[in-house]
Amino acid sequence: MILKGRKICAGKASGEALVSKQGISFYGGVDPNTGIVVEKGHNLEGKCIAGKALVFPQGKGSTVGSYTLYRLKKNGKAPAAIINKECETIVAVGAIISEIPCVDKIEIEKIKDGTIVKIDAEKGIAEIE
Amino acid sequence: MKLTAEEKEMLAGKRGNAAKKSMEILVALGEIFGAKRLVPVTSVQVSGVSYANLGDAGLEFLEEMAKDGRARVYTTLNPAGMDLENWRALGIPEDFAKKQKMVIDAFAKMGIQTTCTCTPYFVGNRPKKGSNISWGESSAVTFANSVLGAKTNKEGGPSALAAAITGRTAEYGLLLEENRQAQAVVELKSELKDETDFGALGYLIGKRLGNRVPLITGVKKASEDQLKSLSAALPTYGGPAIFHISGITPNKTGVPAEKITLGQADFEQAKKDMNDAGEVDFVLLGCPHCSIGEIEKIAALLNGKKVKKEFWICAARPVKKEADKKGFSKPIEEAGAKFACDTCHAVAPLKGRFRCVMTNSAKGCFYGRGSNGFKMQLRTMKECVEEALK
Repeated sequence: MILKGRKICAGKASGEALVSKQGISFYGGVDPNTGIVVEKGHNLEGKCIAGKALVFPQGKGSTVGSYTLYRLKKNGKAPAAIINKECETIVAVGAIISEIPCVDKIEIEKIKDGTIVKIDAEKGIAEIE
Repeated sequence: MKLTAEEKEMLAGKRGNAAKKSMEILVALGEIFGAKRLVPVTSVQVSGVSYANLGDAGLEFLEEMAKDGRARVYTTLNPAGMDLENWRALGIPEDFAKKQKMVIDAFAKMGIQTTCTCTPYFVGNRPKKGSNISWGESSAVTFANSVLGAKTNKEGGPSALAAAITGRTAEYGLLLEENRQAQAVVELKSELKDETDFGALGYLIGKRLGNRVPLITGVKKASEDQLKSLSAALPTYGGPAIFHISGITPNKTGVPAEKITLGQADFEQAKKDMNDAGEVDFVLLGCPHCSIGEIEKIAALLNGKKVKKEFWICAARPVKKEADKKGFSKPIEEAGAKFACDTCHAVAPLKGRFRCVMTNSAKGCFYGRGSNGFKMQLRTMKECVEEALK
């Protein structure tokens, strides 16, 4: 199945979907050294986002979160791709400076945790096997 | 989005890598928020300067941008993680200082004025009414929009840097007149006496109205220092980066139908919410950074006395230099209080060094709790000085 959305940051990637129903605050919410979600009570708390097709509605929190994505990338702990419902400034800027393929305006409810997702951000699409 | 020939060249990488990356950021933001075009900016304030927040990766990003990126408009910086000259006296570790200096060097290489302050409007970066600018630092953004009448969204570090390098920003949000209009009237039934009242007002509006733009009525007078306090508190507690006060702020706005009233009891409750119990071991003034007038008042309060608690006064370095010249610094330093220029308690690595902080800043209460895990107490400047002397 092909889900059509919009390009935020160009690039192709594929990865196992890690789906969050809640927004993600990268600054303070994700450990930049391990890629593990540390926000208390978050539905991904304790899970590692490294190498995943990270699916969540949108970013939240401090604008420093863009640099957290960059730190994750440099530490080899960044997600392979980001799929949002509605992208906002923090994630958009973070994806661009970190060169993480990113699309939004995707019907993220259709993506199940653990399925393999292929992203072609230039075309704004996410493909589920 | 429509781009000019020059903008297209930057996006294609013909003006260097930093300009290309910058243009990618601005175009992506413009697309997300439905901007029709980019517009020139006359002033930039870059946030994300403290090494405590940037880490090695952030530093690496800035060094990469500094290879061929140069600021095209007047650009200043937000506070760093330490006083760039006096860091030893303030107990900052050597390795942190080394990395923080590398961050500043990268900005300097890009032709950015390395005055690290959250009050650029006190040190020469004071845009004219109606001008488009690109600022980070929510208190400065709110002051610029509301008090100076300039136009800016709340930028993050990379997007403001992108504006500095390209000289442009995407036209959306608070750059457009329709988004700057008041959406609810806030009628005051209680007189605002000091800076903590203005801070509590920002807290209350943020909590009650969320992101809707307020038109505040019933304020007889407000000093620039008091408006600075309101500008800092409003976005900190969930409010928008612009406000209007009838008869005081320069922007024109319509009068919306929706109205809330705030009275004495609301202000008392707000102050209760921002206060923690505890034994004060650190007193802090200058969040946002002190004006020269505030330093003059602190000097008068400390003249001939000795402080018994750790007491920091945060200010932009040029303002501190002015205080030196005018003779205000001497009584403060002789009393044992310390100036912390270029930095503040929200971005310096102070966790564990203090337990309970007294300040006159409602914004400071939020970030003292959040960034450094302090217990916080909100009092007037005079009460803060008295506490330091106890």
